[in-house]
Amino acid sequence: MLRALITRLAQTLLVLFGISAMVFGVFFATPGMDPTARIAGRGASPQVMETIRKEYGFDRSLPIQYAIMMKKLFISRDLASYANRGERVVPEILRAAPVTASLVCGAAFIWVMTSLLAGTLAAATKGRMVDRIIMALGMVGISIPVFWLGEVMNMLTQSRYHDRWWFAWVPPPGYVPLTQNPWGWFLSLVIPWCVLALAFTGIYSRVLRGDLIALSHEDFIRTARAKGLSPTRIMLRHSLRMALIGYTALFGMDFAQLVGGGALMTEVVFGLPGVGHLTYQALSNMDLPLIMATVMYSATFVVIANTLVDALHMALDPRIRPNR
Amino acid sequence: MPGLMKTSSTRSERLASSGPWKTALTGLARDHTARLAGLGLLLIVLACLMAPFYAAHIAHTDPFSANVAGSIVLDGQEIDLMQPDDNPLHLGLSPIGPTWHTRYLLGADSQGRDIAARLLYGGRNSLLIASSSAALCLALATLIGVAAGFLGGVADAVLSRLMDIMWAVPVYLFAICLSIVTITTGLHLGPLTLEGNSLLVPVMIIALVYVPYAARPIRARVMGLKSAEFVTAARCLGVPRWRIVLLDILPNITDTLVVLGPLVMNMALLTESALSFLSIGVQAPASSWGTMIQDGEGLIYTRPMVAMAPGLAIAAVVLCLNILGDSFRDCLDPRSTSREP
Repeated sequence: MLRALITRLAQTLLVLFGISAMVFGVFFATPGMDPTARIAGRGASPQVMETIRKEYGFDRSLPIQYAIMMKKLFISRDLASYANRGERVVPEILRAAPVTASLVCGAAFIWVMTSLLAGTLAAATKGRMVDRIIMALGMVGISIPVFWLGEVMNMLTQSRYHDRWWFAWVPPPGYVPLTQNPWGWFLSLVIPWCVLALAFTGIYSRVLRGDLIALSHEDFIRTARAKGLSPTRIMLRHSLRMALIGYTALFGMDFAQLVGGGALMTEVVFGLPGVGHLTYQALSNMDLPLIMATVMYSATFVVIANTLVDALHMALDPRIRPNR
Repeated sequence: MPGLMKTSSTRSERLASSGPWKTALTGLARDHTARLAGLGLLLIVLACLMAPFYAAHIAHTDPFSANVAGSIVLDGQEIDLMQPDDNPLHLGLSPIGPTWHTRYLLGADSQGRDIAARLLYGGRNSLLIASSSAALCLALATLIGVAAGFLGGVADAVLSRLMDIMWAVPVYLFAICLSIVTITTGLHLGPLTLEGNSLLVPVMIIALVYVPYAARPIRARVMGLKSAEFVTAARCLGVPRWRIVLLDILPNITDTLVVLGPLVMNMALLTESALSFLSIGVQAPASSWGTMIQDGEGLIYTRPMVAMAPGLAIAAVVLCLNILGDSFRDCLDPRSTSREP
């Protein structure tokens, strides 16, 4: 067990190194572009260019440039943004992280609850009208582009039906910190939560239904049925429990991607200053230090979450534990 | 009698080896929803192919040039394309809304261009990018999946780690990173030089970011085939490895590719529209459904149709592809249960 964990940790570090090298390569070693000029911005004086070149070691070899970048990011943590001069990158990410976390946690709560209910219901009424309707709705949910849905919801709630009672409560787009005004925080996030959760609800209910139905052919379910257990009990205590193993794995991956900045489109459409939004801004300004930092942040999340999911998997399912 | 025996045996052989395409099409013939989806997709593709005809002979407009000062005749009345805003707070002009006539069927965008005609032209780019990036992605993924699965050992370890690394970055972030770099500087890879506004840029980027997604199941499939009896038999007979890959492995992963095809094309279409919406996908003067949604963003409160129409088009295509993909999977993957009765 310990050995498996250590191997896993080494792999994690390797993947993190690979990602940082890849991102570094994309932005600093692309042929035909000078990172110094990028960082300094248009019309920078030769003195400024010289300082930057010295500070980041652009006059030295690529591995050294990479090492300097990593040192500034992780050890001295004084990597500064170049779009907003003097703004430290690490605190900037730490300020954006709660926004993304609020958005993603709320949406995850909605989609997990809805999909557990819808998936189980569909599997229980397999082939009947309820099942067909749930599956068709899920399919439609998967097919709608999230940013477009956000725009349409903005249009409906901010303008078209804003004077009606059912959307009058929607505050203008933007983020209200939880610590300032919990109720305002909740109201400002309800629509983004639903928009982000829709596609995931569709995917998860369909996956859960498929797993539950596949399990119904398993021997242990047949045994449970032969013992005379009620269908409800079999579904909830035997099938669902087993299906949740795959479900948690899927959830871990998606959740990590979203917290790491994958909710970018939703954040941009609703003007939420989260990590995805920050990354997008960094990319539009070609703010290289900030890009480096945000991508590393998101990759770290995904990789750590993968490791956690694997550990959770081993805890939930004895069959995949390494043999002693 | 011997002749009769022979014909019956060849017939049964033929039945047993009906390929994945045939299986998928047979399934399509039985599945009403999937047939409807296929028909819908076909109609959308045909409509987009007819774009120049529609623009020239039905709508009588040039969907690529601004027409801000223009006017049209509706029910005997001449109406300006740009009308004073009906909202007293906005001082300005907003384009004409849907006329439901042949000219400006769905209204005009902020530059006075016919939305319906632009929708068809945009669809050409969107569908072209989605399908060609899906094809490119599957080709790359097959290359990597077969190499990793068949060679095993070091090659497998390196390629699988590489896929892990690529998949650890959220797909959209990865695509956006690559787009911004290529659009600002263009792409210069040896003999290959691409301008930043070439349609090939989004195609290559989208294909690249989904390679890990497709390569994993292909690798798993190849590893399963590698230990299959007929591959072992071929190896024992001394058949060279490239021949085994070409004649035994590749034909047998076609079903995986048929199942993955619609899924990857879907994700490609959604990614393309998201990138174009952020104005780092398809670059002007070319347009796609994503750029149209971006054009409509500023008008969303006054003329929602500008952004609604392309969004609905995307959703319709993705829905059809999803249904088709499900149907293919049900026919080809015996373990699939997505629509088990």
